[in-house]
Amino acid sequence: MALPVYTSRLFRAWDIIFKCICTFVFFFLIAPIIVIIPLSFNAQDFFTFTPEMLNFQSEGYSLKHYNDFFTNVDWQTALTNSFRIAPLATLISVALGTVAAVGLSQSDVPFKKLIMAILISPMIVPLIISAAGMYFFYSRIGLQGTYIGIVLAHAALGIPFVIITVTATLVGFDKSLTRASANLGAGPMRTFFRVQMPLILPGVISGGLFAFITSFDEVVVVLFVGSASQKTLPWQMFTGLREQISPTILAVATILVILSILLLTVVELLRRRSERIRGISA
Amino acid sequence: MLFRSVENQIVSRTLPGTIEELSKWDDDSVLPSEQVYYQLAKDLKIAVENKTHTRLGSRLNYEMSGIASTFRKTGRSVKKWDIDQQINYKEKFLNIDKKWGNIEFWRLLKLYSPKVTSGYFLNAVDLIKTTEGISQRDETERIYLFLFQRTIYMSVLITLLCLLMGYPVAYLISRLPMKSANLLLIFVLLPFWTSLLVRTSAWKVLLQQEGVINDILVFVGLVGDLDRLQLINNQFGTIVAMTHILLPFMILPLYSVMKTIPESYVKAAKSLGANEWTSFRRVYFPQSIPGVGAGCILVFILSIGYYITPEIVGGTSGTFISNRIAYHISYSLNWGLGAALASILLVAVLILYYVYDKIIGIDNVKLG
Amino acid sequence: MKTNTILLALVSMVFSVTIAKADMTIVSWGGAYTKSQTLAYHEPYTAKTGIKIINDDSAAEAVAKLRAMNEAGNVTWDVVDVVGSDAIRLCDEGLALEIDHDNQLAAAPDGTPASEDFGDLIVADCFVPQIVYSTTFGFRTDVDQWGGKEPDDICDVFDLNAFPGKRSLEKRPINNMEWALLCSGVAKADVYDVLETEEGQSMAFAKLDEIKDSVIWWSAGADTPQLLADGEVVMGSTYNGRLFSLIVEQNQPVKMMWDAQVYDLDGWIIPTGLSPERQQAALDYLYFATDTQRLADQAKYISYGPARASSAPLVGKHAELGIEMGPHMPTAPDNAKNIFVYNFTWWADYRDDLDAKWNAWLAK
Repeated sequence: MALPVYTSRLFRAWDIIFKCICTFVFFFLIAPIIVIIPLSFNAQDFFTFTPEMLNFQSEGYSLKHYNDFFTNVDWQTALTNSFRIAPLATLISVALGTVAAVGLSQSDVPFKKLIMAILISPMIVPLIISAAGMYFFYSRIGLQGTYIGIVLAHAALGIPFVIITVTATLVGFDKSLTRASANLGAGPMRTFFRVQMPLILPGVISGGLFAFITSFDEVVVVLFVGSASQKTLPWQMFTGLREQISPTILAVATILVILSILLLTVVELLRRRSERIRGISA
Repeated sequence: MLFRSVENQIVSRTLPGTIEELSKWDDDSVLPSEQVYYQLAKDLKIAVENKTHTRLGSRLNYEMSGIASTFRKTGRSVKKWDIDQQINYKEKFLNIDKKWGNIEFWRLLKLYSPKVTSGYFLNAVDLIKTTEGISQRDETERIYLFLFQRTIYMSVLITLLCLLMGYPVAYLISRLPMKSANLLLIFVLLPFWTSLLVRTSAWKVLLQQEGVINDILVFVGLVGDLDRLQLINNQFGTIVAMTHILLPFMILPLYSVMKTIPESYVKAAKSLGANEWTSFRRVYFPQSIPGVGAGCILVFILSIGYYITPEIVGGTSGTFISNRIAYHISYSLNWGLGAALASILLVAVLILYYVYDKIIGIDNVKLG
Repeated sequence: MKTNTILLALVSMVFSVTIAKADMTIVSWGGAYTKSQTLAYHEPYTAKTGIKIINDDSAAEAVAKLRAMNEAGNVTWDVVDVVGSDAIRLCDEGLALEIDHDNQLAAAPDGTPASEDFGDLIVADCFVPQIVYSTTFGFRTDVDQWGGKEPDDICDVFDLNAFPGKRSLEKRPINNMEWALLCSGVAKADVYDVLETEEGQSMAFAKLDEIKDSVIWWSAGADTPQLLADGEVVMGSTYNGRLFSLIVEQNQPVKMMWDAQVYDLDGWIIPTGLSPERQQAALDYLYFATDTQRLADQAKYISYGPARASSAPLVGKHAELGIEMGPHMPTAPDNAKNIFVYNFTWWADYRDDLDAKWNAWLAK
């Protein structure tokens, strides 16, 4: 059924405007990230485009900030620390988050809502408050400024992401499968690892990735709870932005952007895989 | 943390004898008795040995300027005293600093002697507890209510901007076929996954007066080279940068709701004679409301607690209450006040959280 | 069973990583300053002893963090670089170790004991002075609207007619209030007496109001150099060493003003609550890092005056550029024609109060 001609023209105009708006928003989302990449090759020590850079002369560009990143002890310590903290924190949040999500998916858990609310709260409560709370609490129990302290703090921040993604995969989970498994003589442990786990794995992995990136990117809590021997990449970047503004930060940023593109691709591939599996089972 | 915001044990712990003796001080129009001064000398002697007297001084200095140095100065003299001798302590104290002869000071000490205090919370809402009761702070010192207001006002603005920009995009993505939708989703997710600090510094590069946007404006001729726009270190900078940072948090919940709205409903509406606008307004939009609610509350909650971005691009007019909390915790060391401010913020967020739960339920949050 | 082994593995992993190494964590201010310390003190010390040094740039939050560490009973810092006023506070609160300057620090080459060599720069018993620095102004030399004039008086900062353009000032009342009063006609000697009164405070705020709209407020020492280099501001206050590095090392079109520069002290403290071995290691480091030669060496990399009298004659040329460092020191006679002495005991009393007023004023 065709629309009246005048509406259609109006609609077509609107359609163009609509696409323009969307393009603008996408541009708004991406442009700031694109803009830092050329700046990270700046031959100067400041954050601005030099005339040489704008004229695309080769002396305006250099790799010295990348060189600085890979040779500077501070940046290297930060990088190592990030890789020491994030995986362990991710592991803890994945383990605890998955257990919590599976447990809470059972319908007979008392105070389900309340428990869920408490577990998700680190994602909702402003970071500054979590950070301040942990600062005071950790000071009291002696975890302030320790490696374990940061790992635990980051694990707490990562748990909500795991719970949410795992719960989402559990929604489509057929309960009769566990009953069938129990019927065939499998214990609850065996049922969990052999039957439930493979099916919720995509959720577990994407939750884990969220938890990883949270820990890898987190700065507020580290600043409060950590100390220099646990300084992470974001910590070094933050103090860098405050104390010694240098495009090395932008070089790090570029590396991180590339890293997140890689991670995103992984997630996307996983998602497609999970869809294929579900497509087959349906 | 809540405990910190009301804790005030320092007074009674540092000066236990004095506080006990002071409780017998009824007539506060005259100075306390010699006995109180004697106890004070004994307490301070111990405090000086443990080096706690200057901490007490700093604590009381929040309420009355100048007390910090009174305690420091007195501590130095008391250290040399031999307390067993029964001599005129009142006079000795008055010789060190005449503040010890100020009745107002003693009233203040008595007022702040209980183990818990509402002082920090009152301070957090620009009130002050004085010996004459609770009153408003001096106009030149009122700041927190104003900051809470500004935090809320700016968060609302950011939320609205996110909604205005996020709604069309989420709509577009949800209507596209899977393949291209996923490609566009990456555009949304890439900033979401990119370090917050990176994005904030990118805005710094873009917005400063000699930055990219101003350069372009000058190049195009919209703005003269001498009156470049002030885009950063103010509210504008904070709002732009935070809108950018929080936009994905709006788009993702919107998208996950919109994906579930069957296209056939809108088609049905149109076939029944509704035009584009009516079918959108009466059929599509109402169904997307849960997504709108989810996105708005999520963005709002996240933005009122923001700290890093306003710190870097906010200047003075673009900072939030969380910047003051961080300031009190790390720099001014007024932990009680920092904790009180944080507690108020926490309560606000919890209320919103409850609303959020009522509207969509926390277990319905989806992340792409 | 499987989970148990995983848990066990996790726990053992956690503990294996936390076993402390004999590294030292030294806290300082970052940027060019930490770099100068690394070159003059840390690297020679590591070469000599094999002890690795970790830099922590959180000196700005030193008091807060030390207090928290002290409450937690877990002090992770070994040596901390703080300003004089923070040292007094830390010493008063028992958070810093008292130091016997004559017995625990090196004497001057001619045998003068350390306490005499440092003289009255030892503002607290826990404090080992390191440098004298100043907070002063730098300005761009290529501002067309100034018509060839250069600001040479502190009050030029407040003069938007003769010197239009943005300025950067520190986001705290200290120094700014004093400068504002000096330019409101208050004599140098009376500044703190006037600032104690309500009228004095409003007078200072009124002066600052005149330029408030043209001010970018900074909170880190690197901000003003960056802002000057970008042309975001035409003049701004910061630490003189940062300006030195901007002008001499980075070759930016900027000059120093020096008028009404405010001297301050910076030096080391050792936190209390360290184990005896770590405390001894920290003392050993200080003995090495604060001797006459080492202090003079630092001045090769940054233009801060060494705190020992005996180091002054040894101050030589810049390590890379080969220029004489003497004329760039805040204490050089040409630069020190008009200095302002900052009163930290006064600020200890009025800081809370003025901070509150300052922030209320800023937010409006």
